[in-house]
Amino acid sequence: MRYLPLTEADRRSMLEAIGVSSVDELFRDVPEAARLSGPIEGLSNHMGELEVDRALSAMAGKNLPAGSVPSFLGAGAYRHHIPATVDHLVQRGEFLTAYTPYQPEVSQGTLQVLFEFQTQVSLLTGMDVANASMYDGATACAEAVMMANRVTRRKKAVLSGGLHPHYRDTTTTDARFIGFETVAMPPAPNGGEDLLAEVDGDTSCVVVQNPDVFGHVRDYTELGKACQAKGALLIVVVTEAVSLGLLTPPGEMGADIVAAEGQSLGNALNFGGPYVGLFAVKEKLVRQMPGRLCGQTLDADGRRGFVLTLSTREQHIRREKATSNICTNAGLCALAFSIHLSLLGEEGFARLARLNHAKAVQLADKLAAVKGVEIVNGSFFNEFTVKLPKPAAHVVEELARRGILAGVPASRLFGGGLDDLLIVAATETNTESDMDAFATALAEVL
Amino acid sequence: MSMNNQGRPTGIQNSDSAVPETVTGNRGLQIEEPLIFEQDSAGRCGVDLPEAPAVASRLGAVKPRGRIGLPGLAEPQVVRHYTRLSQKNYAIDSGLYPLGSCTMKHNPRLNEKMARLPGFADVHPLQPESTVQGALELMAELGRWLATLTGMAAVTLAPAAGAHGEMCGIMAIRSAHDAKGDTGRTKILVPESAHGTNPATAAACGYAVEAIPATEDGRVDLEALKAKLGPDVAGLMLTNPNTCGLFERDIVTIAEAVHAAGAYFYCDGANFNAIVGRVRPADLGIDVMHINLHKTFSTPHGGGGPGSGPVVFSESLAPYVPVPYVVQDKDGAFRLVEQAGDGPAFGRMKAFHGQMGMFVRALAYMMSHGADGLRQVANDAVLNANYLLARLQDVMTPSFEGPCMHECLFDDHFLKGTGVTTLDIAKALIDEGFHPMTMYFPLVVHGALLIEPTETESKASLDQFVTALRALAERAKSGDVAYFQGAPRLTPRRRLDETAAARKPVLRWSPAVEEEKVAAE
Repeated sequence: MRYLPLTEADRRSMLEAIGVSSVDELFRDVPEAARLSGPIEGLSNHMGELEVDRALSAMAGKNLPAGSVPSFLGAGAYRHHIPATVDHLVQRGEFLTAYTPYQPEVSQGTLQVLFEFQTQVSLLTGMDVANASMYDGATACAEAVMMANRVTRRKKAVLSGGLHPHYRDTTTTDARFIGFETVAMPPAPNGGEDLLAEVDGDTSCVVVQNPDVFGHVRDYTELGKACQAKGALLIVVVTEAVSLGLLTPPGEMGADIVAAEGQSLGNALNFGGPYVGLFAVKEKLVRQMPGRLCGQTLDADGRRGFVLTLSTREQHIRREKATSNICTNAGLCALAFSIHLSLLGEEGFARLARLNHAKAVQLADKLAAVKGVEIVNGSFFNEFTVKLPKPAAHVVEELARRGILAGVPASRLFGGGLDDLLIVAATETNTESDMDAFATALAEVL
Repeated sequence: MSMNNQGRPTGIQNSDSAVPETVTGNRGLQIEEPLIFEQDSAGRCGVDLPEAPAVASRLGAVKPRGRIGLPGLAEPQVVRHYTRLSQKNYAIDSGLYPLGSCTMKHNPRLNEKMARLPGFADVHPLQPESTVQGALELMAELGRWLATLTGMAAVTLAPAAGAHGEMCGIMAIRSAHDAKGDTGRTKILVPESAHGTNPATAAACGYAVEAIPATEDGRVDLEALKAKLGPDVAGLMLTNPNTCGLFERDIVTIAEAVHAAGAYFYCDGANFNAIVGRVRPADLGIDVMHINLHKTFSTPHGGGGPGSGPVVFSESLAPYVPVPYVVQDKDGAFRLVEQAGDGPAFGRMKAFHGQMGMFVRALAYMMSHGADGLRQVANDAVLNANYLLARLQDVMTPSFEGPCMHECLFDDHFLKGTGVTTLDIAKALIDEGFHPMTMYFPLVVHGALLIEPTETESKASLDQFVTALRALAERAKSGDVAYFQGAPRLTPRRRLDETAAARKPVLRWSPAVEEEKVAAE
């Protein structure tokens, strides 16, 4: 077996050094009835690289890669061009195969990356401080609500109908088992929900999304002020990080906590994971944050260095009194995010955002020209909702057969209802001919 | 004019071995690297993107944002920045990484290649099911391997990491009790030796955590456990092999007692590497267990993640799984169940369907080893740990009598009276070219040193580690405290002031912080 360095001679001499005659003796504490005498049945035996490659490539071959056809799916996962440099650097063994940086003297690479990542996330969101990442945007959202509960000592979260349903459901799952209340507003594809009416003396937070799941761009400044007046926190969710290159950041709208998905930068679609949750807060809330934090300090020779810090919030120190049970996070995805953003820089990031918006405007104009199609949105960034004269799920299946990945039916996201709505995204990866192919095929199936 | 035939000197002219002070602060291959924000030059960019076509903005009423403050660098600068940073990390690719309870084993590159196949990496999670049959098949196949290896009835792949899997397991236990109308169970029992995530998870789910003491031989105190079991206990969370590196001999009796009390048995599967292919957890009476794909099944730790924490369930808990999950129709097509509906399933626990990239890597690893190779993994992991225990036990103090499983635990009694601490030993090991073992965990012994070599270390590598550790133990006993307290000396940074970092946290770069620093100087 190519991954196992011990030879039979090694094993014999090691058993001798231990003073036992066989490795089975080392398993003597296992109850006899539970000891298996040979390899577990029903599974194949070891294989060479070639055989594994062949078997898994065959499986991969049964999928339709989004990049092989015109593709317009978004709804929380976006296909962007990732510079070749990102994946090359991420695969350096010193990053890829290191553990959590618990020994800072031999982990300054990972730690400096995290410090830079925290800074980048703070800048993008317009917030004071960010942590070293969460699992994904949805779990970051749920953690943000629980943090708001701790901060305000209240137990009711009001969730906007524009919040991605997976984020809503992740939060309500926690609510059910952890014991807090959620008021989830019905989906509002045309806007017009009155969130403030739901805010009372028990409300810990209001959770909104920008752009929302239907693509609308919103200004939450007034909502933030009203929440503050009622003692509730404003949590702003962002599922498309690229939008932060063009839109007013949540921090400038008065957000207390930002929970975002960072997949768009540096991370492939990966059929939904692993992604990277971004979590940023106002300065005064730092000590209530979940997750790891990296901080700057000095070493014994007085040189600048970095360490994990404020770990008295965390499970390995505080155990049942921790702010969260999170341990492993999304370190390598955070690295990919950070490298991509470093390549883009101020100018590239703003340009990427402008390009995304322009592509979406072009697509909206082309789709609006198709008979029976209505653009629902008054405003959008790189994603918008269209109303179709037929059920969107059927249209999507039809278009998939024609080699076009047309978007996400709202009914799939929301588990029913909203049958005629299709959520469509455009990014810098979509060419004009992709868009024409989409519009033409859509006209044919409607 | 004649040719100069002197050539360059090839011998060593000067054997002075002192480390010189350099002008740059660099030391040969160790290069000082400023923050990326300190390398900014306005207008520089590492990508070439076309300017957006002119369109009428549809952004609505929000005002377009102003300058963000991101630094501008060209691509070669970015490559150099991250390459230099990477060189300040220790990694499993560089050497032995014996962090107990973390299973730092070799990460095969075939797995990386497979995860990057466009058919896996470039697939959107919400594509029509007809276009992702291979991805769903892979999830089903991974689930089949995990169920077969553990002997359990059901699997969920949804949780994003081990602690997330724990949360999932406790939610399933709560669901099962609720379904029976058994709502009086308010406690979860957790041994003192448990990972911190166990009590944190139980408490997060609203349970009171009751600690179970350990016996003199490092196992759960069965009598103390039995005394705590009752109609108010929802479940037991136990790590097996436990965090002392020992197999819980009484595990079957423990399971029976837990079940007799109407509670469920949660096993923390962080240490599954010790028994994979040799013991099926179902045969031990376990009801629910998470598996860290980033430990036993070698998906890379990536400097702290991403992980993946599938959970396996016994027959009794099998209905209580989170959405989404994959089912196969009679015609062979795979389908995702994404909504919990009114049934016993609950959830969801995160967006989309789980850590697909990790699933591909883990399945590639499992297929490479096969049932026979995985059994050998457990054998060699346990053999390597016992070999270290045997070679170190006369100079260090093993906490418990062996054999151990995949990791061996020492306490700091061998350092008593020397003035040298567990931390000092760890830092001195760094200068010897090793990553330290897990320190001060588990909490049940004093100054713990928990060593997990894994099966992917050669005997030569273990022997070198033994030689270094034995020498350090002897040196500590000889009273050379100053040597230890000054360690490490050969790293990019020496010991860092964690107290100062926590007292006045600096958690991001900002121009203001830099100005303050300059002013202070």
